[in-house]
Amino acid sequence: MTHDVIVLGAGPAGANAALAAAEAGLKVVLFEQQPAAGGQVWRAPLPGLRMPSSPEKDSGDALRARLAASAVEIRFGRTVWSVGQHFRVDAVGPGGNEHAEAPRLIAATGAHERVVPFPGWTLPGVIGLAAATVLLKSHGALPGTRVVVAGCGPLLAVVAAGILKAGGTVAAIADLAGPGDWLKALPALASQPRLLMRGAAWALKIGGARIPVHFRHGVRAADGGEAIEQVRLAPVDAAGGFSAGPEITLAADALCVGHGLVPGAEIPRLFRTAQTFDRRRGGFIPRLDACGRTSLNGLYACGDGVGIRGALVAEAAGRLAGLASAHDAGALSADAFAAAAGQARARIAQARAFSDAMAEMMALRPAQVAAIPPETVVCRCEDVTRADIEAAHADGARDLNQLKQFTRCGMGPCQGRFCGDVAGELLAAKVGSREAVGAFTARPPLRPVPLADLMGAFDYADIPIPAPAPL
Amino acid sequence: MTQPDQRPTVTITVDGAALRAREGEMLTTALARHGLLRLRRSPNAGTPRGAFCHMGVCQECALHVDGAIRQACLTPVSAGMAVERRGVL
Repeated sequence: MTHDVIVLGAGPAGANAALAAAEAGLKVVLFEQQPAAGGQVWRAPLPGLRMPSSPEKDSGDALRARLAASAVEIRFGRTVWSVGQHFRVDAVGPGGNEHAEAPRLIAATGAHERVVPFPGWTLPGVIGLAAATVLLKSHGALPGTRVVVAGCGPLLAVVAAGILKAGGTVAAIADLAGPGDWLKALPALASQPRLLMRGAAWALKIGGARIPVHFRHGVRAADGGEAIEQVRLAPVDAAGGFSAGPEITLAADALCVGHGLVPGAEIPRLFRTAQTFDRRRGGFIPRLDACGRTSLNGLYACGDGVGIRGALVAEAAGRLAGLASAHDAGALSADAFAAAAGQARARIAQARAFSDAMAEMMALRPAQVAAIPPETVVCRCEDVTRADIEAAHADGARDLNQLKQFTRCGMGPCQGRFCGDVAGELLAAKVGSREAVGAFTARPPLRPVPLADLMGAFDYADIPIPAPAPL
Repeated sequence: MTQPDQRPTVTITVDGAALRAREGEMLTTALARHGLLRLRRSPNAGTPRGAFCHMGVCQECALHVDGAIRQACLTPVSAGMAVERRGVL
């Protein structure tokens, strides 16, 4: 064993887990794919870029400072491609393949974007809403010169206001929700006054710039040849399906679109721990105890990767998982654990109403999936259309893994991360339930890695050749 | 508003043509600034594809950098870098 605990992911959850475990005296290693901590929500500007201050940047800077001052061994720029029994982690980094071993592992791998397919969603220039936040927060770049922002949830306002702040042009915002949906969420949002004020500032920015906001509208199609040229919006009903009414056509060289987030729960899934389907939390999530323990001894999970709850909850849940790992390792007494865990749980309880309301606005709307045209690609990697998926069902595919075998849906380089949720929903509409359809089986490699990176550089003389067996 | 970019300007090549970029900026950003949104074609239907998730998940921005397959959204620009959109144009 090289460490006491391995943490995967340095967002609000993973970083706080690593800090809590290290403060209790455990030897902690933290793996992160990006060059800095903060996750997607508090992503650091790239080196050499000076970005204006914002609450998200300040939260990220504070976290990065705490990590830098801690005893946590941090390995940035690492792509974790395998997690094995008794927790051996293999990752590819600047120096090639490397590994770490520990009796405990905390998975805080975050979420990825859900985009419910529409014609033209694979065109260059169409990107996710969370993708747009990366450009704005980290790369100091705009998604395009004239941008349509569409989808649902709080990221709409984050992205539109961010584009305006950076000097860009927003052609329009299309929100699947109506003003009434936001009003309904208002009491829950008001339970976090600081975040509500942040939302109000975004709304003012958007209103002040007189950006057209089309409530109860979705993207009918993105049109273009080699890249996006225009976006067509159409009215939707309360359930998210298209309703009668005129289309709105907008010239644009970028479309930022997102329909919520999907938990990246592949590590608990890899170990076949108990899971449950929770629509509001974004899909299949591992079953956890109150401190983030999965059903497998020594494996903990926290953050948006175990259900969409947002950064406020992720910080506390990460701390809780870190404390639990320290307590289970014998480094934290029962009393000290109970006191510290109680505080973290209280913070989660305080954030609950806000986090539930936001998650609800980002949850998958089945009527939106039902409105996907048959010829539209669902699995981007393998160009599998809705019609292909339904033909596979007619041929006998009854769960996601069978669908994969029939059509290659989910078999490409994103490993089903972008199609799994929607393909599952399409199949569930035929089979009866998401539980029956299940999730794609997780297997290593967790991410594609070039073979050359795994092998590294060596000479012929370095290859060990066993002595020949005596005759 | 973003402050003036202090990073040095360097030259990289894309499919053999020289292209100016900022050292340390993401390859996706450098290519987009020069109008290069299409980075590959999908292997089955041959439709144009570009960066989509910008966080290393979707693999749509995979191209060749100095001979190895890399995700452009995770690859910072360095001087002399040779980028190829090989076999996808």
